[in-house]
Amino acid sequence: MPVTHTNTPAPLASTTPWQDKMQVWLPKLILSPTIVVTLICVYGFVIWTGLLSFTKSRFLPQFDFVGWRQYERLLNNDRWITACENLLIFGGLFIAICLLIGVLLAIFLDQKIQQEGMIRTIYLYPMALSFIVTGTAWKWILNPGLGLENLVHQMGFTDFKFDWLVNSDMAVYTLVIAAVWQSSGFVMALFLAGLRGIDSSIINAAQIDGASKPRIYWSIILPCLRPVFFSAIIILSHLAIKSFDLVTALTSGGPGYSSDLPALFMYSHSFTRGQMGLGAASAIMMLAGILAILVPYLYSELRGKRNA
Amino acid sequence: MHSSSTSQGDNGLGRWLIYGVLALMALVYLLPLFVMLVTSFKTGTDIRTGSLISLPQEWVTDSWQAAWGTACTGVTCDGIKGYFWNSIKMVVPAVLISTFIGAFNGYVISKWRFKGSDLFFSLMLFGCFLPFQLVLLPMAAMLGKLGLANTTTGLVLVHVIYGVAFTTLFFRNYYINVPDELVKAAKLDGAGFFTIFWAILLPISKPIIMVTIIWQFTSIWNDFLFGVVYSGADSQPITVALNNLVNTSTGVKAYNVDMAAAIIAALPTLLVYFVAGKYFVRGLTAGSVKG
Repeated sequence: MPVTHTNTPAPLASTTPWQDKMQVWLPKLILSPTIVVTLICVYGFVIWTGLLSFTKSRFLPQFDFVGWRQYERLLNNDRWITACENLLIFGGLFIAICLLIGVLLAIFLDQKIQQEGMIRTIYLYPMALSFIVTGTAWKWILNPGLGLENLVHQMGFTDFKFDWLVNSDMAVYTLVIAAVWQSSGFVMALFLAGLRGIDSSIINAAQIDGASKPRIYWSIILPCLRPVFFSAIIILSHLAIKSFDLVTALTSGGPGYSSDLPALFMYSHSFTRGQMGLGAASAIMMLAGILAILVPYLYSELRGKRNA
Repeated sequence: MHSSSTSQGDNGLGRWLIYGVLALMALVYLLPLFVMLVTSFKTGTDIRTGSLISLPQEWVTDSWQAAWGTACTGVTCDGIKGYFWNSIKMVVPAVLISTFIGAFNGYVISKWRFKGSDLFFSLMLFGCFLPFQLVLLPMAAMLGKLGLANTTTGLVLVHVIYGVAFTTLFFRNYYINVPDELVKAAKLDGAGFFTIFWAILLPISKPIIMVTIIWQFTSIWNDFLFGVVYSGADSQPITVALNNLVNTSTGVKAYNVDMAAAIIAALPTLLVYFVAGKYFVRGLTAGSVKG
């Protein structure tokens, strides 16, 4: 082991000035490509997208500035409004249901369950799949003619109707189903880790006081899990705002544009419809959405750390 | 572990309820995979006469052969085998390069701090949160300028650039827990930058290397956005091909072929998950809870 010789007195004079200089410069040299690339490809590119959103670029980037025109067009665009409303519906339900399922399953799994490892493995495997695979699978399962509807018919309930995939009022809810299936196991894992980290002495004290189990969970354990709730909400809302592959594979935003989401809107206007300026403006709006969630979170995190 | 103390209040009924709910949910999570599997082994008529969850009347592998070698994905009809290899050609270099860079970045940021390195780390974390829609257009322009548009090399470059934020985060958070004294003592001994990395950090890095490789492998294999925007006809990754296959409407919809193709596309990441699930879950929680 290389560690063993660290107790021997240090031969201080063994480095030459040249080597000393190298030791100072080498770390900077190693990190510098990443610094340059991050500054250009993250920050520079975001600024570039911001600039594009003020131009009338169509199929190719060009820099004729038109002020806030693209943003005005965006806010008057029915498809964009639908996409944003859908994001609120999809995101809201997706987050709420994932949290509910996640916390319940985590609590249940934390009751000294036999085969816990196997059950956890089953709950989490969808997270290893691509959203394209998930979308393809659910597109078949939710198929009105031969899928779930047909299955229930064969079970004897011939009046059963389940056409959400082709119903423009309901298509956005199919996204919720597939996304919850894929991500709720992961939320369970987050909560389970949180549960395992709680100091057991508090709970023992409550039990000695004669508190019932549901009461202990409700008034002691759940409040302890607050940080997990916050980070789960951040991760899930991030997933929802970025959601592009699932909607592409499952509904392609249809019927019509009834299940469109901002990420799909951005893609199709920028790359297939030759509305680059509008696409860039929609990307900037997505960034605004992310920041609206992230900034308050980071602010409270930092404030919490300072007070601690 | 607090759960050890909670067993005293358990009655039989409550336990049954808990096991019942857990088993039911396990079925719910497994059902889509089961449906995919049985559908992929059915004939077209079997699909129309049977139900979603019925077993095949006779087990046939035609759909698997079609999905692999003859199904249409847009204009060409050569199945998804070519795209499977495209994905491998893209994933392997992208994972190795981004892990390598991330290891050294994490080493510098945790053990060779200099003025501004912490600030840079915070700046880089933003890259983990950024929706990639914000960089799609300029990156397309840059790849065009570099002559890398529609190439596997271009895709590798993009995945490395936006993956390094995650790999650096993983290694930094791991190395920050290695006592600084070890590194300081080695420095006094005259050990240099690379010697310390090689002799002290690398030997204890196996878990974090596994976590990083699995994280990168899964996210790059499953990526669709970069694939659909930056790939050309002969560099499309499997996710793009699968989506094209499903949406190519020529004649009767072949759900059995769709399902076989979907399983093939999912197989590598599923395999990794079942073999090294422990590291996968660690990556998920580490990558999301952000240090």
